Amino acid sequence: MNKNKESLHLSSPAINTHMNKRSQIWAAFRSAFPYTIPIFAGFLFLGIAYGIFMHSLGFSAIYPIIMSFMIFAGSMEFVAANFLLGAFNPMNALFLTLMVNARHLFYGISMLDKYRGTGKKKLYLIFGMCDESFSINYTANVPANVDKGWFMFFVTLLNHLYWVAGAAIGGIFGSYVKFNTEGLDFVMTALFIVIFIEQWMKEKKHYSALTGLGLSVASLILFGGNQFIIPAMLAILGVLTVLRKPLEKAEVSV
Amino acid sequence: MTMTMTQQMITIAMVVLGTMLTRFLPFMIFPSGKPTPKYVQYLGKVLPSAVIGLLVIYCLKDVSLLSGSHGIPELVGAAAVVLLHLWKKNMLLSIAGGTVVYMVLVQLVF
Repeated sequence: MNKNKESLHLSSPAINTHMNKRSQIWAAFRSAFPYTIPIFAGFLFLGIAYGIFMHSLGFSAIYPIIMSFMIFAGSMEFVAANFLLGAFNPMNALFLTLMVNARHLFYGISMLDKYRGTGKKKLYLIFGMCDESFSINYTANVPANVDKGWFMFFVTLLNHLYWVAGAAIGGIFGSYVKFNTEGLDFVMTALFIVIFIEQWMKEKKHYSALTGLGLSVASLILFGGNQFIIPAMLAILGVLTVLRKPLEKAEVSV
Repeated sequence: MTMTMTQQMITIAMVVLGTMLTRFLPFMIFPSGKPTPKYVQYLGKVLPSAVIGLLVIYCLKDVSLLSGSHGIPELVGAAAVVLLHLWKKNMLLSIAGGTVVYMVLVQLVF
């Protein structure tokens, strides 16, 4: 992408090691950024929608900015806005959040290994582990010469920035947006479909992918859009546990 | 707004706490210093494919097959993403192409 990388390398060993570290970080940034471009579009749009939503509920721009920065879990922030409008019930807020965000538990279990050895960045990687950061960091083919820790750090950081920027723009300028954005939110669906295909092509057996897809559809039909996640997760966990023996024999290729 | 500022801050703090619990819990239960149980290692390998499938469905959870546009724009948009991706294997092209198809459908056709 960028051809002036060579020009960064200068003489003197001291400068060289310093430059090496910097160019290493810069290389990680450059390979991470293209992966986040779809999220740039999606988060800016959704963030603006969220900011406008908060604006329409009568909250000043500082609310979407602080909430997008601190919570950084898209769907939950829309729900949190409703908490703020209702009666004060902190326990209810806590438990509903745990339910809506329970899927993060699966992300964490999947990232135990990948986040290992990332040093101080690990805390931030876990803090910012939203759906999009998780799925990119899990599936991306990081080039061998790029530092994986910094790569994942920049994916997470850029996504976080897009989301806060979107929420800020929406909260501040919400009432002026006129361009017809209907349907732009499909960018997130498209992203997950692409990641699903990429993951599909990487593995030899598709038990797990099909289990996830099939049981989620079944759970959605049975329990409806607002309550299907927890039953789907339990069913996935159950089926994958039962399939452990046969699957481990067929060795999972990831 | 019925809540005081303090109550609002507590409510937001609860949402932050809940979210962070779901993100940090696996790392606290299975710290990197200790060997992770075999069963959890197995889950770490097989869960991602399943949970990405769950995410795709999660994005489509509000689609109604029985009313409105019957999920046709979503189906066509998703098919466009899949076909583009199998054809060119270019992530940005597949996502942008599918999204444009979907936006045209919901804005101009349905």
